[in-house]
Amino acid sequence: MSPILGIWASQNYPRITSSYESIATATGTGSSGTITFSSIPSTYASLQIRCTFFTAAYGTPNVNVQLNGDTGSNYAFHWLRGTGSIHVTGQNSQSNMRLVPSSIDMDATYPTVAIMDIHDYASTTKNTTIRSFGGSDGDTYFASGTVGLLSGLWLNTNAVSTITISLSAGNFSTNSTFALYGIKG
Amino acid sequence: MATTYEKIATTTLGSSAATITFSSIAATYTDLRLVIVQVGNYQDLQIRLNGDTGTNYSMTQLSGNGTAASSSRQTNVAQYDCSGGTAGNSTTSLPLFSIIDFFSYAGSTFKTMLSTKSLDMNGYGFTVRTVGLWRNTAAITSILLLLNNADNVGTTATLYGIKAA
Repeated sequence: MSPILGIWASQNYPRITSSYESIATATGTGSSGTITFSSIPSTYASLQIRCTFFTAAYGTPNVNVQLNGDTGSNYAFHWLRGTGSIHVTGQNSQSNMRLVPSSIDMDATYPTVAIMDIHDYASTTKNTTIRSFGGSDGDTYFASGTVGLLSGLWLNTNAVSTITISLSAGNFSTNSTFALYGIKG
Repeated sequence: MATTYEKIATTTLGSSAATITFSSIAATYTDLRLVIVQVGNYQDLQIRLNGDTGTNYSMTQLSGNGTAASSSRQTNVAQYDCSGGTAGNSTTSLPLFSIIDFFSYAGSTFKTMLSTKSLDMNGYGFTVRTVGLWRNTAAITSILLLLNNADNVGTTATLYGIKAA
């Protein structure tokens, strides 16, 4: 092949780009109930967290979400939860949102999973809304399984630069994984 | 830059069939996502992993059909049943749309799945959300879709890999 033709071809061949990019991952340590994604760039249209997690010991902790380190009563959330029966809740003026509904049986064996989306997270004129879909099924080992749909609100118009996920009690086990993705607009 | 969200394989039924299989799935990704556009006379959708026909599956569902919301559980069953909802017919122009996420599919823990199933036929419809468990610590290397094979020509299933950093 002529070297000139080869150069022309490589310059004009469409570059492979991706609109869905992996930003960072975090894993549980067994001695902490907190996962933090910080220094999140404002270059995407949306963020998504996909996670599989376990707790080092059995419990039913809340899985809380806070943004930019805000611990004030600036959050609200609602959920629709199925466990074999249906439960709904709405809570305002809270100090956190939730990743999954409360009262999910958790231990080191049966995974809890979730997909959380934050659209328009980099806006500086809009409050932040999240949505989450997640749950866990422990077959007959636990008394019930839980599948839940959640919405959350952070009453703050700052761009999201930090996401903190924390257990109200206990620690994430070492085989817990959290992955943060950015989606380009 | 490595591709984070990548199509692994796709199948479109050119003739009615009771199953679709994805096999030899590499352990290259973090999660898998299966996207299914399903047509036919009934919207059965059940899944078996790695050929496991034992009663090693369980699930919890939440569904609504415009009239009522409901929730149910199945334990110790022989497949992951994404069907749920209320029986009804999709058509080739009003298909059923499902997404199934398999988390940490190549890891050494039990496998949990999340699925969504949606159908609206302008007078009938439902939406279903399911969490499922496969009590097996092996990596998922094959996914078998069990379908109702009544006139499901045109049903499409696409498997994607999602890779974290």
